Amino acid sequence: MNNYLISGSPHVHGGESTKKIMYSVIIALMPAYFFSIYYFGFDAARVTFISVAACVLTEWLIQKFLIKGPCTIADGSAIITGILLAFNLPSNIPAWMIIVGSIVAIGIGKMSFGGLGNNPFNPALVGRVFMLISFPVAMTTWPTPNPIFSNTVIDAVTGPTLLGHIKEGLSQGIAANDLIIYEDIKGFIYSGSIGEISSIAIIIGGLFLIFRKVIDWQTPVIIIATVAAISTTCWLIDPVQFVNPLIHIFGGGLMLGAFFMATDMATSPMTMKGKVIFSIGVGALTIIIRLWGAYPEGMSFAILIMNAFVPLINKACKPQRFGKLVK
Amino acid sequence: MNDILFYSLIVLGVLGGILAVILYIVAQKFKVEENPLIDEVEASLSGANCGGCGFAGCRAFAEACVKSAHDKNNLSGLNCTSSDMSKVAAVLGLTVEAAEPTIAVVRCNGTCENAPKKTHYEGADICAFAHTLYAGGSGCPNACLGLGDCVKKCAFDAIHIDKEKGIAVVDEDKCVGCGTCSKACPRGIIEIRPKGKNNRRVYVDCVNIEKGAITMKNCKIGSIGCQKCLKECPFEAIEMRGTLAYINADKCKLCRKCVDVCPRGSILAVNFPPRKPKVEVTESVNNESKE
Amino acid sequence: MNPKKTFPKGGVHPEENKLSSDQPIITFPIPKQVIIPLGQCLGAPAEAIVKKGDEVKVGQLIGVAKGFISANVHSSVSGKVTKVDEIMDHTGYRKPAIFIDVEGDEWLEGIDTSDKLVGEITLSREEIINRVKDHGIVGMGGATFPTNVKLSIPKDKKAEFVVINAAECEPYLTCDNRLLLEKPNEFLVGVKILMKAVDAPKAIIGIEVNKIEAAELLDKIIKGDEYFDGIEVQPLQTKYPQGGEKQLIKACTGREVPSGKLPIETGCVVVNVASTYAIYEAVQKNKPLISRVVTVTGKSVKKPSNFLVRIGTSSTELIEAAGGLPENITNIINGGPMMGKSVSVSEFPVIKGTSGILMMTDKEAQPREKSNCLRCGKCINACPMGLEPFLLCRMSKNNMFDGTEANNIMDCIECGSCEFTCPANIPLLDYIRYGKNKTGQIIRSRNQK
Repeated sequence: MNNYLISGSPHVHGGESTKKIMYSVIIALMPAYFFSIYYFGFDAARVTFISVAACVLTEWLIQKFLIKGPCTIADGSAIITGILLAFNLPSNIPAWMIIVGSIVAIGIGKMSFGGLGNNPFNPALVGRVFMLISFPVAMTTWPTPNPIFSNTVIDAVTGPTLLGHIKEGLSQGIAANDLIIYEDIKGFIYSGSIGEISSIAIIIGGLFLIFRKVIDWQTPVIIIATVAAISTTCWLIDPVQFVNPLIHIFGGGLMLGAFFMATDMATSPMTMKGKVIFSIGVGALTIIIRLWGAYPEGMSFAILIMNAFVPLINKACKPQRFGKLVK
Repeated sequence: MNDILFYSLIVLGVLGGILAVILYIVAQKFKVEENPLIDEVEASLSGANCGGCGFAGCRAFAEACVKSAHDKNNLSGLNCTSSDMSKVAAVLGLTVEAAEPTIAVVRCNGTCENAPKKTHYEGADICAFAHTLYAGGSGCPNACLGLGDCVKKCAFDAIHIDKEKGIAVVDEDKCVGCGTCSKACPRGIIEIRPKGKNNRRVYVDCVNIEKGAITMKNCKIGSIGCQKCLKECPFEAIEMRGTLAYINADKCKLCRKCVDVCPRGSILAVNFPPRKPKVEVTESVNNESKE
Repeated sequence: MNPKKTFPKGGVHPEENKLSSDQPIITFPIPKQVIIPLGQCLGAPAEAIVKKGDEVKVGQLIGVAKGFISANVHSSVSGKVTKVDEIMDHTGYRKPAIFIDVEGDEWLEGIDTSDKLVGEITLSREEIINRVKDHGIVGMGGATFPTNVKLSIPKDKKAEFVVINAAECEPYLTCDNRLLLEKPNEFLVGVKILMKAVDAPKAIIGIEVNKIEAAELLDKIIKGDEYFDGIEVQPLQTKYPQGGEKQLIKACTGREVPSGKLPIETGCVVVNVASTYAIYEAVQKNKPLISRVVTVTGKSVKKPSNFLVRIGTSSTELIEAAGGLPENITNIINGGPMMGKSVSVSEFPVIKGTSGILMMTDKEAQPREKSNCLRCGKCINACPMGLEPFLLCRMSKNNMFDGTEANNIMDCIECGSCEFTCPANIPLLDYIRYGKNKTGQIIRSRNQK
């Protein structure tokens, strides 16, 4: 007996799948990951491993014992959350904090809303902000970079991030120009979280995603352009109070956020019009928090705030219906 | 430090108090006068909002009951499960004829065994859609599609798709006979029937109207419209609706002669005690059920 | 030729897989028995006017249209009616049909069976439309809408363009392409007839560039003959659903059919290639619609071919002629892969709307892994009608039909681009079809009140 398949049209498929998308993102995160290992040593690998393992395990446990639904950890989204969470952490953070952060990221940030696709906020950022508020000291004590292949032995154990250093300096009334010593930037003096340390590695990954059509180029470009526009304007008006815009663009977590977190499918608007509004919002909020807020870094808050607006943006930005043109 | 705490407490406390007073005044002023009977009637209903009565929920039904009782002094045209109706009538001081309790009956026995699947379906789990797409896995265009439109509509969790059988099965304890599933079924397989004495029912477990030869190919138990049961029935309880026999529950005396005579095994008798092997249906059983 | 155009928004580009585009049309031998279903068009099925034992000839009227949207059915063979009964169609449901045992090949008088090209149009407008109606011509792209209804233009409207749908945007199918290559002159006369029937000064043949050979051939003939003035070949980008009526009009003329309105609103009448050829035969040769070109194809099919078959021929015979049913076939599709319907039984009669029989192996038709909706927005980008398929799907699933109506579910053309592109493999179109059906019912019942 022939067992024919009955299904509604279409009978062919483009071949895209959730898994493929998720694993593309993981591949795209690899350059930054390898660079961070090079930069921070195996501490970076340790943090990332713990974070990924904790995220995947949390999702598995929730699926198995709370939701009792089909197991979805194979789709790779928990791995991405784990990597992104790790990328937002300093490399010397204790393991238990990472685990707490992962549980919050997956448990509260994602699974409590019904799992992949239903979460209104980026889970990795929920975890990160939770940790930032809960463990402020550990989250802002950055280890001094310790490149694997460098021969210099660095004495200091911790150092500031570039943006933190500038914020601190500006609040003490030091002119912006005096704060930046380009030799220091070149010499890997400034620190940061695991993932934000190399903008170039992030851009390489981002370009891969754009090429794979997983993300649109508009979102990151508009975010970066907005940040650049506002910071440049401020810098031109008053170069004493504001630093060179390039520091803002390449200095902090902007690239990571713009390419990997603002483009998260579930938490960004669906139409191009909406994406543009969202991106401008993220860029503007980021730079506002950075320039005038209490934190030196504003990316995660900006994305989370804009995430909350996504349902509204989706409702307001309907696609242009065919046949509804006003002549 | 203490000052801040103190002032906060004072300010918030006073604010809360003022707002509470305002809320109370407004609530009193705009109070909607409602017949308290409505609440009582609603409380006597099961509250499942199944929609079987045709109203938008139990509250709307309760309102209609109270209005009808007030205007016409009866509850004609208002239907809920018989037990609930008697409760409603008691609340309103009326009497209703004790209608026989009803139950949903899935009139298809096209299980995976009886009607082997020749095709398999991939797509949206909506019977109404699959119905437009193809005749069904076994080829029988009157068979249960097993995608559970009825399950989704049931407010009492009383109907489920049996995974092994591949058809909908009613949970007799939970079903109240509201009829929502019957309306949801795109093939009209589910019938609301009287529950029967001691839960015993005899009915044609098939709604097939296809020709005999084709039915034979599709399903082991499908009705072929041979009319043998019609001739056998001593109580004229069986009528032909097109080519399909239908057992009128009001006339049926549960003698089960039709069950024995049906060459296809389409007629089902449920909740009867197991029979003694090879003994004809004794008169005593008949008499018992008659009374 | 003009530079290639396309519709502005959405669309996808599935693998073309035009396996049989080099296979010339083979005239299929007349089978021993034909089964002619009476419901071959959108709308009401025809009513049988022959009974068991009647002798019929090729082209004889055997089923009369019942109602406004309905089409006549003609005998495609000569022989004896064995019974008027029900036949299982591709869905597995039984439909009324006429069974005819073939005896010889005797045509009804008055039908010109020669191959000679007749260019001169002698009939008047009304006569053409009546001829189209009497000869049972329907849209042969698959929708099977009676063509005479399409050609009867309301008095307050004026047709400016005849748009010929030669896009054939469905993957695999090649029947229209072969028809254009082998009968270009007849086809173009058909276009002239259409122009006369609707009194349109211009005709545009929209054709995808993957059929550039056919486009060039037509262009050459048109340029070389003054008789074909007013006809224009418009190359189109290879993109699905280029052949959708509204998309085609937008691409060819730049006009947009308003939501909920018919193409005539923009002064366009859209006719399919196969129907145009059928109209030529009906008007110039007095030949009813009794045969059509069917593509029998599939990646594992031995000889993907294009057959000219009589209506009512069994699909199994066609599959046999194309090298037999390959192993591991799990999905047989009546039509193309994007809009065709899967069949429950491999044996069903060819009808007027059967443009292809596509066979897919278990590997090609493998059920794909489903996941939650990612809210990626790919369906919105793919939708050529500017709808939000994910939203319509969700609303339909939850029976929120005022929401679906407010979000223009009735504009959906059911092209399936959304489902094609969905990474979560949600059967979007299934849910949308269900929702569209229900919403339509609600709208109709409201209008009746």
